[in-house]
Amino acid sequence: MSNAVLENRPSVPEEIPTFTANLVIRRFDPEVDLEPRWESFDVVMGGTDRVLDALHKIKWEQDASLTFRRSCAHGVCGSDAIRINGRNRLACKTLLKDLDLSKPITIEAIKGLPLEKDLIVNMDPFFESFKAVQPFLMASSKPEKERLQSPAERARFDDTTKCILCAACTSSCPVFWTDGQYFGPAAIVNAHRFIFDSRDEGSQVRLDILNDKEGVWRCRTTFNCTEACPRGIQVTQAIAEVKAAILGSKA
Amino acid sequence: MTATIETPRSPRTVQKSRVNFEKWGWIYMRASGVVLVVLIFGHLFVNLVAGVGVKAIDFGFVGGKLSQPFWQIWDTLLLWLALIHGSNGMRTIVNDYASNPVVRRILNVALLASAVLLILLGTLVIYTFDPCPAGSPAELLPSLCKNR
Repeated sequence: MSNAVLENRPSVPEEIPTFTANLVIRRFDPEVDLEPRWESFDVVMGGTDRVLDALHKIKWEQDASLTFRRSCAHGVCGSDAIRINGRNRLACKTLLKDLDLSKPITIEAIKGLPLEKDLIVNMDPFFESFKAVQPFLMASSKPEKERLQSPAERARFDDTTKCILCAACTSSCPVFWTDGQYFGPAAIVNAHRFIFDSRDEGSQVRLDILNDKEGVWRCRTTFNCTEACPRGIQVTQAIAEVKAAILGSKA
Repeated sequence: MTATIETPRSPRTVQKSRVNFEKWGWIYMRASGVVLVVLIFGHLFVNLVAGVGVKAIDFGFVGGKLSQPFWQIWDTLLLWLALIHGSNGMRTIVNDYASNPVVRRILNVALLASAVLLILLGTLVIYTFDPCPAGSPAELLPSLCKNR
């Protein structure tokens, strides 16, 4: 049976067009550099290649010191959020052919978090605000049987369950850039995921946390987060729903 | 023998329901914004479009308007809502962009002082405005003046 499949294959595989992409990467080595510097790389890439493939090719063939995070490389783990041509994107979900190849492609680390090396930032502040909204199920009943939920109740918070914590939204938020005190979109999205979960009993706790000076009220609805989200979460809408929930609650 | 382990987490102590300034500021911006749309466009229409239009505006026109309780209340609302709306908007911008706490405090205090001063001055003018100052040329005065 496998032979039949092989025989039906065209003998010559379809040619994938190649092109030269010029990547200008913002490098920073804390042991050498005082300031980040821009470095240009030319790589020959194919039409099915992503920015992450170009970064790999540079690291493997040109400069092994290039440092970046990636894990699954398929848009699930959220490790490789970077700033491509000034927009926060996942390197593993951005095809090179979708970018303007006649110009250099600028690659830099996401903004608003402390830069550690090249494309790697310190994610601790991001995860601190994530932890601060208590992103876990709070239920008083013991987990002895399944907690039932209707499809409509599940659909209420479906959008915010998609978050992969890549920080593309939070690091695109101009309010987060200012002093880093703002919870940031990602934390509010993950609070939203439990606030509107019918099985959860801690929504008032989270609404109290977000009804803070640095909570949801600092959102200026610039929609940068919605534009940046690689999972297509309607982040600004989720924040607005949390605002409405705070107004509707007793707080 | 079965041991029952209670939930280890103690529930978060609920904060005392203190007045949340940021929340009320946010609500104020929305509410005053809606009212201001009506007040501002009404103001613009009456001053610039209705009757003979913009050419009607002179000392007499303003004096005449400010002698009527309806326009006194309209202008007072416009003054208070717009100035508080505007300075609260400036305050959020200062909080977003002034990263130095000293600079932030100075700017916010200056904002508060200028808003309070302008509101008090404006209110004083609206309610103590004399449309018929003594010894003025009669042709400049509104029609309601006795000495015209």
